[in-house]
Amino acid sequence: MSELAGTIPGKGGFSFDLCRRNDMLVSKGLKPPSFLKTGTTIVGLIFQDGVILGADTRATEGPIVADKNCEKIHYMAPNIYCCGAGTAADTEAVTDMVSSQLKLHRYHTGRESRVVTALTLLKSHLFSYQGHVSAALVLGGVDVTGPHLHTIYPHGSTDTLPFATMGSGSLAAMAIFESKYREGLTRDEGVKLVAEAICSGIFNDLGSGSNVDICVITKGKQEYLRNYLLPNPRTYVSEKGYTFSKKTEVLFTKITPLRELVEVIEAGDAMEE
Amino acid sequence: MSIFEYNGSALVAMVGKNCFAIASDRRLGVQLQTVATDFQRIYKIHDKLFIGLSGLATDSQTLYQRLVFRHKLYQLREERDMKPETFASLVSAILYEKRFGPYFCQPVIAGLGDEDKPFICTMDSIGAKELAKDFVVAGTASESLYGACESMFKPDMEAEELFETISQALLSSVDRDCLSGWGGHVYLVTPTEVTEKILKGRMD
Repeated sequence: MSELAGTIPGKGGFSFDLCRRNDMLVSKGLKPPSFLKTGTTIVGLIFQDGVILGADTRATEGPIVADKNCEKIHYMAPNIYCCGAGTAADTEAVTDMVSSQLKLHRYHTGRESRVVTALTLLKSHLFSYQGHVSAALVLGGVDVTGPHLHTIYPHGSTDTLPFATMGSGSLAAMAIFESKYREGLTRDEGVKLVAEAICSGIFNDLGSGSNVDICVITKGKQEYLRNYLLPNPRTYVSEKGYTFSKKTEVLFTKITPLRELVEVIEAGDAMEE
Repeated sequence: MSIFEYNGSALVAMVGKNCFAIASDRRLGVQLQTVATDFQRIYKIHDKLFIGLSGLATDSQTLYQRLVFRHKLYQLREERDMKPETFASLVSAILYEKRFGPYFCQPVIAGLGDEDKPFICTMDSIGAKELAKDFVVAGTASESLYGACESMFKPDMEAEELFETISQALLSSVDRDCLSGWGGHVYLVTPTEVTEKILKGRMD
């Protein structure tokens, strides 16, 4: 019965029961698997009315592009969004977890979430795992106290900045920001600058690529511009496509029709006899 | 050698017009020795939801048993089948729970959701979901599969053409991988029927 208890959904959190077996396999010479990473260029900047976040859309597994159009800008609250770089499972899990905690907190307090609340929840979770939860985040939002932009490192340290970049393409994007950023940008200027910074990451960093996603957050309103720019379209597709003249040889076929919902007709009269 | 290369596997799922196909190879090996040529990698969760598990065979069988258990509990409580998107979140949560001591499995999930809209997704071994609108691949032959699917795939294919495309992509990719092969196993699911076919391939 104790083994069965382990499979029933518990209180949540991590379970370490396979660690011993995995360490034994590694000591026998088997290499551990590589995880899906988001090589990434993620950026954020504060403009006159709020915050703009931007991200590329490539997810890599070693040197291979696993996903050409993934979403790196995660929802935290209606007024707070978070971009994530690092191990994809970690960024998704940590942002989903904090988003749920923020929602419960909103129900509890009856108020709009503040960016610093999300910040503290994220940094305390990441610090307690001492950097093993590999998530580097750019958190931005607008609350009652105004627009805020923060960066969070995997070990739990944070910075509060007017413009920020993270990920493998951060140097390329930061070069654009350092030369062209100024305070009091308008919305269109801000979006153009963020798009330029992400494009710089896409074209100069091998870990980032594909399209540009942008999220504009202002007081009371957010706009998620998914695939705002598509600078890498597939232009080499053959219109004819592939046709296979020689069909695949099939050894065995089994066709199972799916059950259809059957109408049960009341046979009341017949039964009364 | 990587843990994923211990047993060898190849899995691919593709989306067509109101239908989907999921295919796997049939070899089970212990490093370079072949132990079985009829190994089942694709499991049915319910009539319109299939999951393929690549990677270490023992972990994929254990994970499948846990998932079937959770789905049966869900069926008892909710009195209906799980939607593919919900199932994908369940698999992701179960894999992420073991973040620091993971199952060495990469699942490929394929199903028909609301209004029979096809849904496919894959995950890495710790549950990072990758939703795709065209195709997903997993296993030791994944690099060849990426190349074959990228060139052979066309959007909105009918069932017959989808079957042909996925079979050709699978067989040509496993030909370039020593650890997978020995034929193919394809499930083609449309809103009215499920067709299961076993393909003849090179037995080397």
